[in-house]
Amino acid sequence: MANISLIPCGDFKTRYAADTTIFPTTTSRNFAILGVLLLLLCPAFMDRYWLNLCIQIGYLGIAALGLNILVGFTGQISIGHAAFFGFGAFSSAWLSNSFGIPVALAIPLAGVMTTAVGMLFGIPAARLKGLYLAIATLAAQYILQDFFARADWFTGGTAGTIAEPFTLFGFAFDTDESYFYVVLVYMVVMFILATNLMRSRDGRALVAVRDHYLSAEIMGINLTKYRTMSFGISSFYAGIGGALYAHYLQFVSVEGFTILFSIQFLGMIIIGGLGSIMGSLMGTAFMVLLPEVMQAITTALSGTAIDAALNLKDAIAFLREMAIGLVIILFLVFEPDGLAHRWKQIKAYWKLYPFSH
Amino acid sequence: MTLLFQLLVNGLIVGALYGVVAMSFVLIYKASRIVNFAQGEFLLIGAWTCWWLLTSWQLPFWIGFPITLAFMMVFGIVLQVVVLRPMIGEPIISVIMVTIGLSIFFQAMMKWMFGVFAKPFPTIFASPTVNILGLDVQTVYVMSLVISLLIMAGFGWFFKYSRMGLAMRATAFDQQVAQSLGISVRHMFAMSWAISAMVSAVAGVTVGVVNGVSSALSFFGIKVFPAVILGGLDSVAGAVLGGLIVGVLENLAHYLDSQWLNWGNMYEIAPFYVLIVILMIKPYGLFGTKDIERV
Repeated sequence: MANISLIPCGDFKTRYAADTTIFPTTTSRNFAILGVLLLLLCPAFMDRYWLNLCIQIGYLGIAALGLNILVGFTGQISIGHAAFFGFGAFSSAWLSNSFGIPVALAIPLAGVMTTAVGMLFGIPAARLKGLYLAIATLAAQYILQDFFARADWFTGGTAGTIAEPFTLFGFAFDTDESYFYVVLVYMVVMFILATNLMRSRDGRALVAVRDHYLSAEIMGINLTKYRTMSFGISSFYAGIGGALYAHYLQFVSVEGFTILFSIQFLGMIIIGGLGSIMGSLMGTAFMVLLPEVMQAITTALSGTAIDAALNLKDAIAFLREMAIGLVIILFLVFEPDGLAHRWKQIKAYWKLYPFSH
Repeated sequence: MTLLFQLLVNGLIVGALYGVVAMSFVLIYKASRIVNFAQGEFLLIGAWTCWWLLTSWQLPFWIGFPITLAFMMVFGIVLQVVVLRPMIGEPIISVIMVTIGLSIFFQAMMKWMFGVFAKPFPTIFASPTVNILGLDVQTVYVMSLVISLLIMAGFGWFFKYSRMGLAMRATAFDQQVAQSLGISVRHMFAMSWAISAMVSAVAGVTVGVVNGVSSALSFFGIKVFPAVILGGLDSVAGAVLGGLIVGVLENLAHYLDSQWLNWGNMYEIAPFYVLIVILMIKPYGLFGTKDIERV
């Protein structure tokens, strides 16, 4: 059968390969390529403010995707993702500062180091599940946070550490315009890797562990191996995301990687959709834009009676946290499958347009 | 040596409070199988409510405190009915995430309403310290220990003799059987949240009287995890013991640290190392029931 450009009516496939393509149709592939090309043009017409937001969405999106592989695809909850994100940031800065490793190489190496740490904390995951695991990762969050504050040789202690700018062949990517491309390249690569992982035997094994781990074990899937592996992969993504963050800001402070940040990561994947690759990105965008929207609303309301009554200017930080909590709860109660599900429904509506029932 | 003894006494007192909070955590878990990450916020809300009644309304303690408890009871029921009831039957990740969402929502709300700085309670006792066995112990500490013991005894009585306590145990044991015996399971869920919120509020007010009220109170909700895991997630007695052990342990760690190690911050972090070790060796804790799964 030749490649078809639109999804046919019905779902008839004769080979497994046809069921697991990256892009279901040629059109969707072309759209994805077009989207990346359009993103390439972004620095030309976006101002620094929007570029900054896009870069944030990029590196946080990579880390959120990692968490989604762990939580959404493997069903192992983790409340310590920000600590791994921070570990990646510090490792990359440490590698390039102490050993003179070029940043382009230090970022993947930081990913590998974070993987090692993630696997270490993933050992309990081999035995534990559900809420016990959640509590173990909570402990990991506090232990790593304590380690950051303590390990002067690694993180610079309370003073924080400087991270070199990203350089490649003598060209320094130290402006928002140029760093945008670095993040974009990493993002595209990491997202394609994740999509491919989910098409492979290992990816299907992860989903099987999530859906019914006893059945999965009976089918010959090694639970310990796949749970630890999932932890490793998720830490790798967190490490890469963290390293990109470090070299973007060129400074890493020990204070940023709190439990609130971890919860924000969880919020991203819940809003985007658990077990959806594109959902991770949508959720990240939502979470990054949420404070900006709130800021805009506050500015619009300034001077009005509401502003006077609530003293919005001082409260904005707390309102932001409240909004994060509220959004997580509302999504879980009303739209547990997240934005990705909503997007699918919109697509389905237009596919069947005049006769949507 | 006196320092060590003093720290041990402190450990027991704080540990008893951990035990109380852990008990109310276990109560919710036993009744409705929900892991409540917002337990610390119950302490926080209770303490702030009481503080607000005592300072803004100038109520005496013996009126303000019961009002706080009544408020927390309503709060617990409303929370269960509005937020947690729709989550029945959802996967465990969703339920955990809802309580995490509640936790950061209320924490931020309390910071917004009452500010980020610790505020002292109005004085409740005339004499600040009493002398027990040659040790100067603050009166509030004695009060907190007495309150903790009272709550524990109350829990013991409640689950052993009262009608509602027995109904709750039946619900925790088997919901279908309980329902067929005429127990309203929904009612029991709501009541377990109400009682848990009330008991946490008592602990919150006690800590508030000792240390002043601030958002640091919600850290109790996190410290509860080492205690309940140590004791076993579904054991009320285990929760008390776990709380005591964690309280003593963190003070011992602090002693070791201040005397020899000088690492700093051991007081905060030692329970989490213990937590990881327990999870590796004995994930179901000292008294928890082990899940047996059949296909």
